[in-house]
Amino acid sequence: MKYLCLICAETVMERMTKADAARLFEEYVEFTKGIRKDGHFIAANRLLPASAATTVRVRNGKVSTTDGPFAETKKQLGGYYLVEAKDLNEAIQVASKIPGARLGCVEVRPIAEDPETLRAIGPTAPDGPR
Amino acid sequence: MVDAIYRSESRRVLATLIRLLGDFDIAEEALHDAFAAAVEQWPKDGPPANPRAWLVSTGRFKAIDSMRRRARFDASQGKLAEQLEADASADAEWDDDGVPDDRLRLIFTCCHPALQADAQIALTLRTVCGLTTEEIAHAFLTQPPTLAQRIVRAKNKIRDARIPYEVPTRAALAPRLDAVLHVIYLVFNEGYSASSGASLTRQELSAEAIRLGRLLVELLPEPEAVGLLALMLLHESRRAARTSPEGELVLLEEQNRASWDRERIAEGLALVERALGSNRFGPYAVQAAIAAVHAEATSAAATDWPQIAALYGVLAGIDASPVVQLNRAVAIAMADGIEQGLALLDTVHLPGYHLLPAARADLLRRLGRLDDAAAAYREALGLVTNEAERRFLERRLVEVARPGP
Repeated sequence: MKYLCLICAETVMERMTKADAARLFEEYVEFTKGIRKDGHFIAANRLLPASAATTVRVRNGKVSTTDGPFAETKKQLGGYYLVEAKDLNEAIQVASKIPGARLGCVEVRPIAEDPETLRAIGPTAPDGPR
Repeated sequence: MVDAIYRSESRRVLATLIRLLGDFDIAEEALHDAFAAAVEQWPKDGPPANPRAWLVSTGRFKAIDSMRRRARFDASQGKLAEQLEADASADAEWDDDGVPDDRLRLIFTCCHPALQADAQIALTLRTVCGLTTEEIAHAFLTQPPTLAQRIVRAKNKIRDARIPYEVPTRAALAPRLDAVLHVIYLVFNEGYSASSGASLTRQELSAEAIRLGRLLVELLPEPEAVGLLALMLLHESRRAARTSPEGELVLLEEQNRASWDRERIAEGLALVERALGSNRFGPYAVQAAIAAVHAEATSAAATDWPQIAALYGVLAGIDASPVVQLNRAVAIAMADGIEQGLALLDTVHLPGYHLLPAARADLLRRLGRLDDAAAAYREALGLVTNEAERRFLERRLVEVARPGP
């Protein structure tokens, strides 16, 4: 089963001192290496800060855009790991090793695998059924 | 016959069916179908040699049958039925004594920390104890639909997020066991602390918690599980003594010790020794040891306060919460002198908690500083929510506010 681990950070890397950010990057290198080896890794990315976000809505056929993320919270989405795990316990175990879990928190969300969703996404989705 | 088997075996059969069928709702339906079949067949054919195994396999095949019927509308159900049937024939030789008790899996799953705290309690009482939704709602003073929804949401999360049906590994056991013990303790306290309202249902809730505690000790005799069972038994032994016939709260100091339940005390004391003897004890065992010292005192005056103060010191080392500090200060007041206890009490920070000013009031009263005591009782009265405790504090306030002779 696949789980998306959403990393919520209070301080994004861009706001850290160079030394702190470098250390954190090193921790991510180690962590990612580890889960690639264990076979949990599917995909991951770091997001630029929410200040770079734009929120898009379409109402009555009209596109409107607003500055910022869709939810204004103190914590913001800093990145994600898509992982393969046999159950929630294993996913929690992986998530608890994400360096960001010690600074902010990590939301572990199961990926839907019902036939309708799989059909909607189709076989070309990069992280789709393998 | 079937009724008696239902009472003794239904939870265990359900726990096994959840494992075999992989779904709480399907397992509950299967359990129901299995007992319906038993009611029909056992009186005719006589009861089977192993009723539990019969119920499990009947429930399992009834579930596979009904999935097949549904497969006409939903192809995925057919696949599931095939899978389950393959599993079933694979372990046809399945001997249920060889499998660790599935109720332990059920307990750990219901008390999984990824479920909401309220939902853990509700789901445990519903599935492990077999209480009805109405009974649980009544005991927790909530509406049955609210409670039913809580249970549905928890079951959905177990299924959707795939919370595994297993006993945690050794390495993960300690925090997971803590969560289970916490649920049991909350159930017990809900039945013990609230002395007003539906008191009968409440008592049943405590009895249910003790039953759960016994089951856990039987299945997983970890020192803290033993400690919690001891703690609950020792508290429960004082139930009759802690309220007056008029329903008023009676403090430990003023309780009629002759009405303490000696049988429960004896069982509790033996369990405390067992837990402490393991050298891997934790906060529940230490709290049980404190309750044991009280239980062993033939009168309030004979209480071994230095021992209790020392145990609170041990407890504070494990759990440095302000509530423990508060209790330790009171024990030190009784052991070493009221003034010392009062000084310690002043260092405890517990804003909004009525028992802090209540404890200070009591110590001031013992010192004869009645005006200060009255002020502290008033402060406690401004914070208390439980009716019986309010009446108790009001009585005390009247006593200390009474002009002297």
